[in-house]
Amino acid sequence: MKANHLLLAFFLLPGVLSAAASSDWHMEPMDPDLENLPSLQNGARLYVNYCLGCHSLQYQRYERTADDLQIPHEIALENLVFTGQKIGGLITNAMDRDQANNWFGVPPPDITMVTRVRGVDWVYNYMKTFYLDESRPLGVNNKVFPNVGMPHALLDLQGIQRSACIQVPKIAENGGEMRDPLVPGQPITEEKCGQLVLEDGTGLYTAEEYDQAVYDITNFLYYVSDPSRLERNRLGVYVLLFLVILFVFTWLLGREYNKAVR
Amino acid sequence: MAEAPQSQGKAAAAWTGFISWVDERFPLTETFEYHMSRYWAPKNFNFWYYFGVLSMVVLVMQLLTGIWLTMSYVPSGDGAFASVEYIMRDVEYGWLLRYLHSTGASAFFAVVYLHMFRGMMYGSYRKPRELLWLIGMAIFVVLMAEGFFGYLLPWGNMSFWAAQVIVSLVGAIPVIGPDVMEWVRGDFLISDITLNRFFALHVVALPLVLVMLVFVHIVALHHVGSNNPDGIDVKKNKDENGIPLDAIPFHPYYTIGHDLPAIVGFLIVFCAIVFFAPEMGGYFLEKPNFEQANPLKTPDHIAPVWYYTPYYAMLRAATFPLFGLTAKFWGFVVMAGAIVLPAVLPWLDRSPVKSIRYKGRASKVMLALFVLSFFILGYLGLVPPSPVATAAAQVCTVIYFSYFVLMPWYTRVEKTKPVPERVTMP
Repeated sequence: MKANHLLLAFFLLPGVLSAAASSDWHMEPMDPDLENLPSLQNGARLYVNYCLGCHSLQYQRYERTADDLQIPHEIALENLVFTGQKIGGLITNAMDRDQANNWFGVPPPDITMVTRVRGVDWVYNYMKTFYLDESRPLGVNNKVFPNVGMPHALLDLQGIQRSACIQVPKIAENGGEMRDPLVPGQPITEEKCGQLVLEDGTGLYTAEEYDQAVYDITNFLYYVSDPSRLERNRLGVYVLLFLVILFVFTWLLGREYNKAVR
Repeated sequence: MAEAPQSQGKAAAAWTGFISWVDERFPLTETFEYHMSRYWAPKNFNFWYYFGVLSMVVLVMQLLTGIWLTMSYVPSGDGAFASVEYIMRDVEYGWLLRYLHSTGASAFFAVVYLHMFRGMMYGSYRKPRELLWLIGMAIFVVLMAEGFFGYLLPWGNMSFWAAQVIVSLVGAIPVIGPDVMEWVRGDFLISDITLNRFFALHVVALPLVLVMLVFVHIVALHHVGSNNPDGIDVKKNKDENGIPLDAIPFHPYYTIGHDLPAIVGFLIVFCAIVFFAPEMGGYFLEKPNFEQANPLKTPDHIAPVWYYTPYYAMLRAATFPLFGLTAKFWGFVVMAGAIVLPAVLPWLDRSPVKSIRYKGRASKVMLALFVLSFFILGYLGLVPPSPVATAAAQVCTVIYFSYFVLMPWYTRVEKTKPVPERVTMP
């Protein structure tokens, strides 16, 4: 019996830990757009350059990705496949799981379906909320996933972000921002801590460009999580149209039989 | 052109000849007439009579999509999860097969619950249909097992932990529990071995049992005849040819007149989900199941799929030990009781009438409370436990059981309405 209890504690412990790692960061909504090919292509480009080294997409193939994103195979092989694989290969990497475990405390997971597990909002906000934190082994922390073992892979793009106390507009009871009655238009502010402040000029991208880059990566991951989504929706329209027409005829036919019953 | 009618006549004659050739060797026409064209069904079937045939439609769909999924699925701890994604990405229309099958599981329970509710509402379980009802209950229990075994196969993290939770219930049986649990799993934890035996049960054993039970369900139905919304025995009023006055041939009046538009209507709703919302907001396909099974990572909140949640809520509603047995064991007993209790309905219902239409107010109130408690329990099973939720689940569990336990009493004392001689048309 004792062994059973130990086993149970062993099973439950990670659950307790992961529960403790959740945060109450206010998420910015992210609205993916699978018809936006430039965004998806840029997302793929950024992904293979900044993410793939650690996070594989081992259930997805380069060829399928290139075809769906309308990237010619030669261009895809030249710009997306850095592993010498053939175009039909799965998007894997050479990360050694045991080594990675030593480096980060946990091997970087495959994230083919991360947007299905955590949602697009989470992924988008996660990439935007890394900040300097000297107390962490890798020098950065995250607002959405506190104490995460991952370094800020996009640091050179975003630049340095700190968690600081800043003046923010005070919110009235009715939900609106409070204004100074003596100086028209002047907001009344209050100090709020734990807010993210970006140091201008420290990154390759401006804040807007970085937001777009993160949007594109999230959009790409949204595509990878279920690559047949567009095809499914397109086909679904025809299937439903057919069924609706079929319903009209079967209903009319059925009505004739019902008349006979009455 | 002038020869056309003659050649048509020839073809028809050849067909008739062929049929009679078969009929001499196999009861083809006889069987068709017995079950279809001369099966006399009451003419007052309404909306609620769609769900039997819809259950069959979903069963066939699950069998067909299941066969094709099995062609690409790899039943092993290493390969299962990846093979599902292989089906989703690399198999031509594999995503369609998989979503049809996963949505089909939810649809199956939806139509079966509505089918059972119809039976409860119109007293379809009453004499002489007790055995028909019992076979139906067996189908329901097998279906629950089939769904449970199938849920482990994608080998996602929720698959793993749901199986872990449900199999561990067996461990609550006093004395022999832990050994039985190990025997069920075939291992010390949910593993490759468990996955493989669940696979065997899901794709071979239980579908066979299910199909056989459905067959005898229909044999029993056609032997005693269908009930109807009035709960009247239509065989009491027959014409000079011995045909019930209030009945019509099942084929074509129900097959084409009633069921065909309903099947297409059902498919519209079903395909809308398959093509536009197969995850159904995480209720049909749960989010943690897109992560591979991981014995070291418990999902934040383990909840079964929606169709098990009323029973799961009742399982969790038992919070205190009794007679020296653990709360978990009593939870298991309550859950199992809740699942099988409807089986004894034929012997609990003492009302002189069958249909809810002519029963008294007590029956109507109890049925309404029963449905309400079932829905509330279904919701409570989805949310993490809290003191309020547990208390609510306990109240609803008591209501759920009261519907059955008090039935012999309230169906006898209430004042019923007179039942008409002939059926009323909807």
